[in-house]
Amino acid sequence: MKVIVPVKRVIDYNLRPRVKTDGSGIDLSNLKMSLNPFDEIAVEEAVRLKEKGIAKEVVLVSIGVSKAQDQLKTGMAIGADRSILIETEENVEPLNVAKLLKAVVDQEKPDLVIAGKQAIDDDSNQTGQMLAALLGWPQGCFASKLTIADNKIEVTREIDGGLETISLNLPAVVTSDLRLNEPRFVSLPNIIKARKKPIEIKKPEDFGIDITPRLKTLKVEEPPLRQAGEKVESVEEFAAKLKEWGVGA
Amino acid sequence: MSVLVLIDYNGDILDEGSLSAITAALQIDSEVDLLVAGDNVRAVAEKAAKIKGVHKVLLADSPVYASALAENIAPLVVKLADSYQAIVASANSNGKNIAPRVAALLDSQQISEIITVVSPDTFRRPIYAGNAIATVQSADSKKVITVRATAFEKAKAEGGDAPIEAVDATEDSGLSRFISVDLQQSGRGDLSTAPLVVSGGRALGSPEKFHELIEGFADRVHAAVGASRAAVDSEYAPNDCQVGQTGKIVAPEVYIAVGISGAIQHLAGMKDSRKIAAINIDPEAPIFQIADIGLVGDLFEVMPALIEKF
Repeated sequence: MKVIVPVKRVIDYNLRPRVKTDGSGIDLSNLKMSLNPFDEIAVEEAVRLKEKGIAKEVVLVSIGVSKAQDQLKTGMAIGADRSILIETEENVEPLNVAKLLKAVVDQEKPDLVIAGKQAIDDDSNQTGQMLAALLGWPQGCFASKLTIADNKIEVTREIDGGLETISLNLPAVVTSDLRLNEPRFVSLPNIIKARKKPIEIKKPEDFGIDITPRLKTLKVEEPPLRQAGEKVESVEEFAAKLKEWGVGA
Repeated sequence: MSVLVLIDYNGDILDEGSLSAITAALQIDSEVDLLVAGDNVRAVAEKAAKIKGVHKVLLADSPVYASALAENIAPLVVKLADSYQAIVASANSNGKNIAPRVAALLDSQQISEIITVVSPDTFRRPIYAGNAIATVQSADSKKVITVRATAFEKAKAEGGDAPIEAVDATEDSGLSRFISVDLQQSGRGDLSTAPLVVSGGRALGSPEKFHELIEGFADRVHAAVGASRAAVDSEYAPNDCQVGQTGKIVAPEVYIAVGISGAIQHLAGMKDSRKIAAINIDPEAPIFQIADIGLVGDLFEVMPALIEKF
């Protein structure tokens, strides 16, 4: 089977973003950018399927700036075979990302799409579900375990209060949660090898898809800051404060 | 035009996040209808009809909706969507699963996890793990919105008397099938809505110590139990205890963080708590920068002493 994994270039998860002083957005200049952590998990899962002989080919797709090639190379160093970059300087919203991905799926005809459940920049948590909807495919969101057999995929999902297991017909879209796997440490030889793997560059226009945003960002602001409170010296004082707040009442 | 709220429930108990979603919906338009979809859920619809401010409850009662499969619920919502300017759901696991599927079918760009209704087409929502708040205006004629439960008061469960209207069920998509569910039975109440949360981090060092010191204290003071990602990854606590950007977002009256340093991702999940108390051995731990009260100390000495005080 063929697996497609959409990946996004985002701010490195260890960094704190700065809000631009004019309130127009986030200042990402000179900040380290990385593969979105959930997408890295998705790539790892697809590569494991390949290593188990279940998947034949793993194709990455990214929509973003030219430099997103760096993140595609990271994904190919994990073990993906090739990449498609739909290059644009525009901010592409999840619905439009899903439309572009659908166009790629229509061409590539994969049996499975594994996406990250959420990008850590806009925190939308939409793209996988939207892609499944546009394709008319079933969706297995927030997956912590996948089992493929008999042209079906069993997905264990992280839901409020526990875990749910569902069975989906293939082809399907799955979105990865944190505990689906632990991505491997990428070795230097694999990084070098990944440089030779192909990246096909496309434009949104090539797919005839209008990526005009539907949402207008009027303002981006810092959240209200919390002030650090007092430090107490003893368990007695700490417990007294908690009781004052009603704890244990 | 009115607003349709997708109601979530557990057994015949209404989900509290849905009550917050109704409050948000009422700020968009005064006419708010509810959709209760499920198998044998008239009792849920009857409870929903009593919620204050509700105009009408739509009841889609069919085995097709038994386990809230997105493939079956989304077409139902789309079929009903004609009469509404907005479809609203709580940003809980069902809402996050179903709403984007609905939005794509309606060709609408969903607005996720709103914290403020500025006007019927403009909303505030956190981005970058809550490190920034964006105000966005939607150009879509039909809006699909998920609501962060902690940002809105819960609608009153009593005081309303809305009519219940049965709607025809859509067909089974045949694409997906429910197999099983494994819910943690802690008996400590729902983490997302508990007024008091005791959370533990990696510093606990073992599942045994997490159980003894975090769960032990939580049980003593009737708190829900949370955990940092590190504690969950180390399997001290189950996955659904994770508080943070990619786990649960909580905003209790009091949040007690024990052995949690306060990574950005964790703070994103709890910094809107009304009061924050922190215990950490490292006086420089970031958690102290947002805590109302902090105690620098070894949790293995502090916690047994603290438990004694309650």
